[in-house]
Parts: sequence; C-alpha cells; structure tokens
Amino acid sequence: MANHLHHELKQPDWQISIIDERKGHHYQPGYLFLPFDIYAPEDIVKTIEEFIPKDVNLIRKKISRILPSENKILLEGNDELAYDVLIIATGAKIAPEETEGMKGSEWQKSVFDFYTFEGALALRNKLRDWQGGKLVVHITEMPIKCPVAPLEFAFLADSFFKHKHMRDKVEITYVTPLSGAFTKPKATEALEHLLREKHINIQSDFAIEHVDNEKKEIIDYAGRAIPFDILVTVPTNKGDELIERSGMGDDLNYVFTNKATLQSRDYTNIFILGDASNLPASKAGSVAHFEAEILTENILLFLKGQPLKEKFDGHANCFIETGNSRALLIDFNYTHEPVEGSFPFAGFGPLQLLKESRMNHMGKLAFRWIYWNVLLKGTHIPFVSATMSESGKHYN
Amino acid sequence: MEKTIAGKSITVNEEGYLTDFSQWDEKVGEALASEANIALSPRHWEVLKYLQNEQKNQVALSIRRIGKSGLVDIKEFYQLFPPAPLKTATKIAGIPKPASCI
Repeated sequence: MANHLHHELKQPDWQISIIDERKGHHYQPGYLFLPFDIYAPEDIVKTIEEFIPKDVNLIRKKISRILPSENKILLEGNDELAYDVLIIATGAKIAPEETEGMKGSEWQKSVFDFYTFEGALALRNKLRDWQGGKLVVHITEMPIKCPVAPLEFAFLADSFFKHKHMRDKVEITYVTPLSGAFTKPKATEALEHLLREKHINIQSDFAIEHVDNEKKEIIDYAGRAIPFDILVTVPTNKGDELIERSGMGDDLNYVFTNKATLQSRDYTNIFILGDASNLPASKAGSVAHFEAEILTENILLFLKGQPLKEKFDGHANCFIETGNSRALLIDFNYTHEPVEGSFPFAGFGPLQLLKESRMNHMGKLAFRWIYWNVLLKGTHIPFVSATMSESGKHYN
Repeated sequence: MEKTIAGKSITVNEEGYLTDFSQWDEKVGEALASEANIALSPRHWEVLKYLQNEQKNQVALSIRRIGKSGLVDIKEFYQLFPPAPLKTATKIAGIPKPASCI
C-alpha cells in the first residue's frame, strides 16, 4: 500500500508512515516448503527496510492501542501518532492455546504447526530423520490463512516420503472440520480424488475438543479419537491482539469491514487490508494483493470526498502444490466457486484451472520471485485483474 | 427441488436445506429431525429457536460462537444434534447451511 500510495500522496502535504514491530519480512507461503527442505530459511526472510520507499517513514515499535475515535495510535512507551487515514494490515496468526492440550508437553516434539517460521523449522528438523509412523495433518477450525495449505502439506508429504523410499512406512491422514477436502464443491471433488490417488485417508466433520499428549491422540466433541506419531496441526487462527485491545473486532479479533469497499464498518477514515478483516473471502496473499489495487482507488476517492467504489468481489487466485513437481490452480470469488478452465487467457492458458500440471508448479515457484520483486513494490501483475474474470472458466 | 414432508410441499436444495424459510413450521422441523433420527425435546427447540433468531439477525453461525452463546456448550450441542451438529441443526431449523468459509 505504501508503494502504491506514495506516488499519489506526496510530501509535504502527506506523510506516510508504516508501523511494524518486526525486523524481518517473511514470505509466508514459503513456510509450506521449509519442512521438506525445498526452501531454506534465507529464501523466506528479508529485512523490511529494503521494501520501504524512501519518502515513507518506518516506525519500529509495538502498538499499544488504536484510538479510532481520536484518530490516534498509541505506541509502546506512550508515544502517540495522529492520522488522517489509517490502513490496518495486522494479519492473522495461530492461537494454539485455544485448544486444550495443543500447546502441551508434546508441542514441537510430536505436535507441530507450519504456520510460523519456528514451527516449520522445528518440523523440518523432525522430518529429516523420522523413521515413519502415523502422520496426521489437521485443521482445528475455519477460517484459516491459506485454506489450501494443509492439503498441500499432505500432498508434499506423500511426495517427500516417496522420494525417501519410505512411503510404505508412513500412514497419512487428513483431518478436517469441514465435510470434505475443501470449502467449495467442485474443488472438493477434484481434491478428494487426488487424496485417494495418493493413499491419504480423510476424516471429515472433526471438531477437535482436545489433544491427549500422553496417548498421542486428538479427540473431537463426539468422542472420535485419532492417534498420531506426528501431528501437523493448523491451530485456530485469530486476528492480532491489538484489535482486541482496541475493541475493534469480532470474537476472533477480525475487524468489521465493508466487503465491497474495504472501509471499516465503524470509522470512515479506517480501511482494512488482508487477513485482518472479517470479510467472507479467503485469507490468502492473492486476496490482499487484489484488495490493494481497489483500496488505493478508494482511499483516493475518500480523500476527494467522493463515494467509494463497491468493487471488491472476493477474488482469490491460489496455486495448490500437489507434490512431484505438479500443482493445481484455482481462481474464484465471493460468488463463483473454483472450476476447470484456462488462465489467464481463455482457451489458451498457459495455466490450467483445477487440473494438475507442471506449468502450474512452475507458476507457484516463480511466485516467490514475483512476490519479492513485483508484488511488494506495488507493481501490477500483467494480465491478472483485481476482480475475477469469468472468461475461460467452465461454469455449468 | 420439491419435497413433500409432514403433508406439506417444500423446496429444498441439493443437500436437503430449505430454500425458503417461510415454508418452515414446527411440524416440518419435527419431520426433518426424524429423518436425521432425532426426537426433538424442549432442549432441542431452545437451540433451534436460538439458531433461527441468529440467522434472522444475520449473525454468521459457527460452532465456536454457539459454544460461547451461554445457551449450550459444544459438547451438549454434539449430543443434541449428532453427528455434525451445526449442519444437522440448521437443516432442521430450516435455515441455510452455514458457509464455513472459503
């Protein structure tokens, strides 16, 4: 957003500040590849400074609270920062403490997450010399960041153990609170077919009650128990505690947001980008990217006192790694589920929707370069529009 | 598609959820419950009315929110409407299956 806006809002009339307490910027999609030694830590983390435009002020402090009715940010140490317009992009993170026993004695011994750098790294070290057994890949509850990531993890695990010639020693089970592999019917059908093909068992409608660290089992509210030797779980995801401290969010700390304009429901000069919002859209990086284009437009309209465009359609575009150097691609929005077809050019592709291909995998790997070199700099991706295109897609 | 239940013609989607809440009444609810092998007690009705009310107020339904509603804890919710309580209960209540996002 800073890269978009600093071209439009120039000094001395405008001062753009970014407040970020962290030193490093993490390429979060890379966490998926770290456990399998496909990416190394240095592929995933870079310093924040290198991505900040020169005329933008970077403040490295923790925020105590947002005071929305006073148009102020309260920083650690009681410093204050007043704003005319605020963009909240505090994201979502895991909250394993929401589930009894998850962060118990087996945490990072046989119970792992891969949604944090530390979790992914601990899992990598475990998998390097693991001799096999029951691998359970588990989603605690929806919504989660990147809802396809746990499936990708299961697919990559299948491929990883095949290459290590020990697939026969590993039983992989995919456990989900949903009634099938994914949230949308056509994609669920395609993905369940892949799970069967790769001999990955699926346990659906599983709402976890607790993790039994002694017996190494997860147990749901209906009493169903699933034993594991390694549990790779996606814990409950929540918005930042800052949102709770500021009294601005729902029960999972997501900020109330207008789903078409991205403006805060309660404050006209506050806008929300990415996972921090309560939008019924996928919590995926592509969504934040598409939102950024529309948000830039709307912030400029807001500053001119003009009506905002109700333009955001929930557009998401996700590669799904299926192992063995192949991937699927899905493209969808609030109202249109992922279907087969070609992307971004109708009838030509070169990427195929909802079908495994090597080209899609190349797209996924190329995406890391695009992220660091194109997306963070606020450059538009050629041929991919912020709102979803129906052309080239096979709807019934 | 059309379906006849409790002597009444109702419209349901592919998964058996009512598409028009005005077609729902308590007899329809009871018949849908018995299709799910559930005999409705006063306790069931309390939860069903709560869900219908939340739906009317456009509150997104989730197991977590129901667990924190103060009306019923998650364990009891499972006992009342097995095996997948949110899906089972919303179907009986005549309201849409919650979009468990995305």
